[in-house]
Amino acid sequence: MKSKSLAKWLISGPPLLYLVLFFAIPSLIMAFAAFRFPGDYGGLLPLTAANPDTGATELLINFGNWRDFLTLENFQRFFEEPIYFELFVKSFWYAGLTTVICIVLAYPLAWLIARSPKKTRDLLVLLVILPFWSNFLIRVYAWMIILGPQSYFSRSLNYLLGLVGIEPVSLLFSQFAVIVGLVYVHLPFMVLPLYANLEKHDMALLDAAQDLGANAWQRFWKVTWPLSLPGVWAGTALVFIPALGMFAIPDLLGGTNSMMIGNLIKQQYLDSRDWPFGSVLSIMLTLTVLLLAALAGWAGSRGKDKR
Amino acid sequence: MKKVSSWVWGAASLVYAFLYLPLAIVVVFSFNDSALNAEWVGFTFKWYQMLLHDDVMLEAALHTLLIGLVTCVVSTVLGTLAGFAMYKWRLRLLPALVLTPIAIPEILMGVSLLIFFVMLNMTLGLVSITLSHIAFCIGFVAIVVRSRLQGMDESLVEAARDLGAGPVTAFRAITLPLIMPGIIAGALMAFTLSIDDFVISFFTAGVGSNTLPLEIYSRVKVPMKLNPEVNAISSLLMLLTLSLILIVSKVAPSALRSE
Repeated sequence: MKSKSLAKWLISGPPLLYLVLFFAIPSLIMAFAAFRFPGDYGGLLPLTAANPDTGATELLINFGNWRDFLTLENFQRFFEEPIYFELFVKSFWYAGLTTVICIVLAYPLAWLIARSPKKTRDLLVLLVILPFWSNFLIRVYAWMIILGPQSYFSRSLNYLLGLVGIEPVSLLFSQFAVIVGLVYVHLPFMVLPLYANLEKHDMALLDAAQDLGANAWQRFWKVTWPLSLPGVWAGTALVFIPALGMFAIPDLLGGTNSMMIGNLIKQQYLDSRDWPFGSVLSIMLTLTVLLLAALAGWAGSRGKDKR
Repeated sequence: MKKVSSWVWGAASLVYAFLYLPLAIVVVFSFNDSALNAEWVGFTFKWYQMLLHDDVMLEAALHTLLIGLVTCVVSTVLGTLAGFAMYKWRLRLLPALVLTPIAIPEILMGVSLLIFFVMLNMTLGLVSITLSHIAFCIGFVAIVVRSRLQGMDESLVEAARDLGAGPVTAFRAITLPLIMPGIIAGALMAFTLSIDDFVISFFTAGVGSNTLPLEIYSRVKVPMKLNPEVNAISSLLMLLTLSLILIVSKVAPSALRSE
């Protein structure tokens, strides 16, 4: 039917056009930039120039000279210098640690919400989401105050450390502060999928396990935990991936030694203005994220099959 | 139903405290009569008064509001269309383009849009920030609207069609009112995401076009320069989001339910 396909285009056309223009094309341009040379004053070496006589834009690149404009050097640099690989590993470690801490903190919360009567449940869920609605920077700034050297928290901690004879520690601008910030910002993303999963569990299974003599610890590890894995995986995808690309938290809470991939990307684009190398790093981050998303999807579907 | 054991209650309360204490501290210190965010000295409104005369902050707030409103309107329209199309037809390209911006780290979208705008020779500023915000908000609106459509009883639309309504009338009289809570929720989400956004604005803002998050960032970034004014504006922002949520929960209670 003709009017049907017309309607289809009229409805899906505008958002499609917008996202092609402001998402797909910019992404492709960035991917292409990874194969180009940096410009003399940063940015990219131009592929076109205005003709001095006519003023018309002319393409500088052609079949004879493309080697002057396109290169694999940027990728070579990434693979040859170990510091970049090390930075990826460190970012993985930060994001991984963040994810594990989020699982530990989210579990009792999600369990409590899932086992609460219907009325309180909505309120408890809202209480988890509410801090997430406040500005991201405010939440990071709050920790700058708490971990600051003059804060009540820092002073009481250092007082206690002094009692047992340990040197005072500086909490802000450290790896510890970065992890705290990452956990704080991402925690709701772990609680919600975990709660959605725990809510569906059949309580009769736990009763059965208890009747068969399992203690609380065994009931958790043999029944609840395996059943909750799809929720854990969903939460992991929602926490790990954004944490991996974070740059503002290490920037504000971290010291010189707590840089992550995101900080290096930001540095390449805004400070050293080496866009081609920044694009290589972005492509590597994208590929990593896609791989992880595929893995999480695979693990999640495997968890479902088991049930 | 089995009772939740007391240690689960205890652990959960501690985690709730972990979620709320930091924000409470920001608010408390916004009334503290000391430039250091360290010790309670006495009650004052002076940081709020200073805020009223801080032209840079006020301009940033105005920018944020403007960008947020335009983003909210445009992305709600485009996102609703996308959500409807994804519900109605089996599409390939649109869902991929709608969902990917949500799934990847924000910084990737920020840098690719930076290159794109610079290549177009566009002056970075309010326009480039707004265009970028719309691009990442469409997906959130689309998901909320689509899930609302999935929960809708399709037979109501069929009944309307049987009674002689055309597709457009059926949409306007049946579908639209039914999915309205989803659209409102999506619009609220788009507005909040826009006024909250830091990363994408950071890359697509030029010189002299600060938004509130960018201004807050540049003030807290300077080490050791303490700024209780930031506490004051933060508290006001929290109040704004909180009242937005309260309004929506009164106007469209089902919009806040997470299905």
